Amino acid sequence: MKRASFRNITKGWLLLSPMLIVLGSVAIFPLYRTFLFSFTDAKIDDLINFSFIGFNNYIEKFEGLYYGILADSTWWNAVYNTLFFTVISVTLETILGLIVALCLHRAFKGRGIFRAIMLIPWAIPTVVSAKMWSWMLNDQFGIINDMLLKVGIISESVAWTSNSDTVMWVVIFVDVWKTTPFMALLILAGLQIIPGHIFQAAKVDGISGIRLFFKVILPLLRPTLIVSVVFRALDALRIFDLIYVLTPSNDDTISMSVYARENLFDFDKFGYGSAASTLLFLVICMLTLSYLGFMRLTSEKI
Amino acid sequence: MIRRKFSKFLSILGFYLLLGIITIYALFPFYYAFISSFKSGTEIFIVNYLPTKISFDNYLSVLKTGYFGQNILNSAFVAFSVVLISMMLGIFASYSLARLNFKGRSTILLVILSASMFPQVAVLSGMFELVAALSLFNSLWSLVLTYMIFTIPFTVWILHTFMKAFPPELERAALIDGATTMQLIFKVILPIMWPALVSVGLLSFIAAWNEFLFALTFISSDHLRTVPVAIATLSGASEHEIPWGNIMAASMIITIPLIMLVVIFQNRIVSGLTAGAVKG
Repeated sequence: MKRASFRNITKGWLLLSPMLIVLGSVAIFPLYRTFLFSFTDAKIDDLINFSFIGFNNYIEKFEGLYYGILADSTWWNAVYNTLFFTVISVTLETILGLIVALCLHRAFKGRGIFRAIMLIPWAIPTVVSAKMWSWMLNDQFGIINDMLLKVGIISESVAWTSNSDTVMWVVIFVDVWKTTPFMALLILAGLQIIPGHIFQAAKVDGISGIRLFFKVILPLLRPTLIVSVVFRALDALRIFDLIYVLTPSNDDTISMSVYARENLFDFDKFGYGSAASTLLFLVICMLTLSYLGFMRLTSEKI
Repeated sequence: MIRRKFSKFLSILGFYLLLGIITIYALFPFYYAFISSFKSGTEIFIVNYLPTKISFDNYLSVLKTGYFGQNILNSAFVAFSVVLISMMLGIFASYSLARLNFKGRSTILLVILSASMFPQVAVLSGMFELVAALSLFNSLWSLVLTYMIFTIPFTVWILHTFMKAFPPELERAALIDGATTMQLIFKVILPIMWPALVSVGLLSFIAAWNEFLFALTFISSDHLRTVPVAIATLSGASEHEIPWGNIMAASMIITIPLIMLVVIFQNRIVSGLTAGAVKG
């Protein structure tokens, strides 16, 4: 018996090790090195000779003035943009996803086709959706302006992706378009594990419509909703592609990821960019932990 | 009675109206890009809601200029390699996690799960160092390697949940017959596992095919680029002239195969997407 379990242990680790080695070298090692680089003055063309400069990338006092990321208003602007984007887009995606999921939960003809249609925006590469939407939103030749002008909602063409009042909403709108299907599928999976007899019991009791939704479905969906919101929020907090392609170098939409990458590779401040990456990682960790903690607290009260 | 019937009719009508609106909302951008891709020259600048003349000029021009054909091959190479390698690693690892009892299993699962939440930018500088140290910079292998950061976590997660749901009797019988672990994995487990394998294969393929940040960072030559970066950097004769027709045609070329995959395999994709989330 003991020999068998010993063999099991060695076999277990042997089978795991290829995956662990690869994951360790593409996830844990780079994370550690990024953290390390954030305390150095490394340059991109020379990653061997660098010196440690302590917290200077984060904050540094020089002749009475503060420098470093934490004193950079562009960084704080990126933090604000990212949080604003995350809160609004995840909220909208959850509400719309819930509506679509409830539609899909009903048995109707053509449900399979409808579900396939919902998957299409999710499957289209983000770069392509960004290009498709920026073509539709083009200020001179875009179909969106044409539609809205014909209906009479606007009286002259709007430069959606360069006007600083609209640009962030455009990013949110495109993200909602792309990601609602994913949200809907997660919520649908949650709906499908609610036992059918609960709905029947509610029917017998004469509960229907809005009350059924708020009193029965929503509480039962809570665990699914929490997981989906966390998943989506983590994804939204690291947004890069959509903003980088749809609204390049625009201060109104720059996200933390875009800020970090700009400093790493475009401005040749490898150490500084690494510090921004590290901060992004910390922000995401903190938000996840506090969200999960908050959820645990409130669910214990109930 | 009639009123009741009428209100039921109204609610069904409302339901289908809602489905219709959602369908148009989901498909219109794709439809518009599709009809735009067939408009040549200055015709593209005239807004039309229905297709007009059909011209393949944009498609010919995108395939002729630049390296777009090469870019498609690059993307295919990267995506297929990523699928194969992460599947192999995932099969062994998830067999070990689902079937063999040893300490530290739950810790490993936790690490794998948290690796899937890593923001890719958070590892970007370390990744760049790794790619440079292995002299993979500007090589497609840099992408095959780095894409493992997002394919391995969900591959292992999905396969391991799937394997755990199977009763181990079959394997026990094979073990009694004297099968080795490798024979067990390849002859007994894989044949039952194929639905989960199709799911993770498709998800890995789509993720690798669509990835942008690493492809933008680790590849510097135009002919080695993958399609998303090639489309993002398509430019016209002058800096201010955006070749919309070509961009739309290129977008269609790389999106239509994906959409076909999604429509054919929607059940497998949906179960893969939701397997991790609902149980996790």
